[in-house]
Amino acid sequence: MLTIIVTGLLFLMFGKPLLQSLDVFLIQPLTNDNGLAELGVKAAPLILIGVGIALASRANIWNIGAEGQYIVGAICGGGLALAMPNTPALVLYPMMLVAGVLGGMAYGGIVALLRVQFNANEILTSLMLNYVAQLLLIYLVSGPWRDPKGFGFPQTAIFSPNAAAPVLVEGTRLHLGVVFALVVAVIGWLVLSHTILGFQLRVQGSAPRAARFAGFSDKKLVWLAMLVSGGLAGLAGLFEVSGPIGQLTTTISPGYGYTAIIVAFLGRLHPLGVVLAGLLLALSYLGGESAQIELALPSAVTGIFQGVLLFFLLACDALILYRIRGADVGRFAGLKARFVSPKVAPL
Amino acid sequence: MMNRRAFNTLLGGTAAAVGSGLVTSAEAAVPKVAFVYLGPVGDFGWTYQHEVGRQEVVKHFGDKVSTSFIENVPESADAERVIAALAAKGNQLIFTTSFGYMNPTLKVATQKPKTFFEHCAGYKHADNLGTYNVRFYEGRYIQGVIAGKMSKTGVIGYIGSIPIPEVVMGMNATLLGMRSVNPNAKMKFVFINSWYDPGKEGDACKALLDQGCDIITQHTDSPAALQVCEQRGLKAFGEATDMIKFASKTQLTSPVNNWGPYYVKRVQALLDGTWKTDDIWGGLDADMLVMAPYRNMPDDVMALAKSTEADIKAGKILPFNGGMKDQSGAQKGTAGKSLDDGQLASMNWLVEGIEGKLPS
Repeated sequence: MLTIIVTGLLFLMFGKPLLQSLDVFLIQPLTNDNGLAELGVKAAPLILIGVGIALASRANIWNIGAEGQYIVGAICGGGLALAMPNTPALVLYPMMLVAGVLGGMAYGGIVALLRVQFNANEILTSLMLNYVAQLLLIYLVSGPWRDPKGFGFPQTAIFSPNAAAPVLVEGTRLHLGVVFALVVAVIGWLVLSHTILGFQLRVQGSAPRAARFAGFSDKKLVWLAMLVSGGLAGLAGLFEVSGPIGQLTTTISPGYGYTAIIVAFLGRLHPLGVVLAGLLLALSYLGGESAQIELALPSAVTGIFQGVLLFFLLACDALILYRIRGADVGRFAGLKARFVSPKVAPL
Repeated sequence: MMNRRAFNTLLGGTAAAVGSGLVTSAEAAVPKVAFVYLGPVGDFGWTYQHEVGRQEVVKHFGDKVSTSFIENVPESADAERVIAALAAKGNQLIFTTSFGYMNPTLKVATQKPKTFFEHCAGYKHADNLGTYNVRFYEGRYIQGVIAGKMSKTGVIGYIGSIPIPEVVMGMNATLLGMRSVNPNAKMKFVFINSWYDPGKEGDACKALLDQGCDIITQHTDSPAALQVCEQRGLKAFGEATDMIKFASKTQLTSPVNNWGPYYVKRVQALLDGTWKTDDIWGGLDADMLVMAPYRNMPDDVMALAKSTEADIKAGKILPFNGGMKDQSGAQKGTAGKSLDDGQLASMNWLVEGIEGKLPS
């Protein structure tokens, strides 16, 4: 709500009529033809990755490497599509799905291995592996996998129709991945709230010592969190290259792996919240474009909207979860806020 | 009899009515032209030059056309959505200004057969999809001539973006220009895998300087390398925009991408109803490429640069005149005859004298 008010004020500052601007930014992207389908297409990878990150973060395991896992998943599934273009779709596509998931899991597994065996900080290792994945992708598409008919440009050949993600509604880009995203979110919620595994993840996150006393294996949870979030990121990458993009290029991700971190926290680390957050962030991209076309506003509007949204969320959290008291408002208030992790919404 | 004032009022009213009627009908019929940009508009570089071209369209046609642009469009699945949205909003001519928009543009062009599309730097065409690009290598040959004269070590550094034919062509043209005045000239290069990354560009520049290069030229968008060279008192070339304000003692010249005349011509064709798909590759003679003023060099070098520019314009110098050798020493093309456009557009080999290998 506060975000909408501030964004509205921003539009006014640019000298645009308030209601019309908000209409263009938040409503029109949905009412245009294919608007809802495009929203789903944009939100699907964010939701898939976001659910994985949310599950891992619940156990205080910080996977910043979703971008790399997404790329490796795309490479594995895409490689299969290039290697066997004539295999019937009913055989090829499920294989690609599996390859995408396994690729992402394997890449996430590296991080888990380093953490479990060498106690290496997963924030650093997973982040640095992103660059490795991007360079691997660049190497493949500008070298061995380059389209022989592509005049030397760093792109693979366009995938055969057998390797295309099934489109759900004729004439749109709405593909199977959107359904998967919703299903995964529901499964994630069920696992987290109704299984012992989910309980272990939550206890590990909020009280690691209690988890140890209860005999939960820290190592097992690290493995699990990295494999699941890696696998989901890999799946998102596979859907993106086999769906809307249709080939491997050097630029298959506009930073989904990072945006999904925002999505996960905006969704309060709750798998169903992630769905809403993913849709909202996707809408802000579409709205930003629509504001550029209709109102000639700069593209930075998108970034400002997202920033303001996250800022108010965190600020409101601080005010809701912490009481401001006279004695506390000093040096220590800030410290306390930083060191006591806020409670996440109950499931 | 009607007095003059009443008559004037009547006349004015009629004129106003007719006028406003015209305006509304004209507004409804004003053709819409849109541009899709890779980066932010900013104030230098690739996207900025396209925006300068769009502004020339605005200036030239006034309210006869309405233009809009979308900036920061990634070359991912997002591109297709943006292009489709522009087509759905009634734009009749859409310029997509980066190579990575090729397949998305083609997809939308197939779905919207009545909308015209022009894609910059690609190779796929349709009845409603044309391509256009600039013969950047002509400017790079001139830079090579200047570098060949100015370099004391005889070795220059080249900051490459992505190893595509466009960039490879520019590297080769630069070295061929150098060798036309210094047969032993050499070049080292670094690819940074990005079109714009000031941090990496600066680092690449320092690495090349430390390896003995004493002039830096670049196929990347920022003035970072110019600024590094300014600090070290060396010379360098700008890119896409005249970047003299960033390094007044350093920039020798800069190729300036001049899209304005081309955009004006194509929008005129749209208004005249004569637009048809084309494959345009214009250079210095078409004014699509302009050299920033030659500076920071002795008079004789400047004179040579100017005469080289005039000779390329007149077709007397063909930068890829056959009779060159690739890195393995194999002959490329036939002496006295320029490589054809197909050979240029798929160039994936380096000429003798460039050190380092392309990815394969």
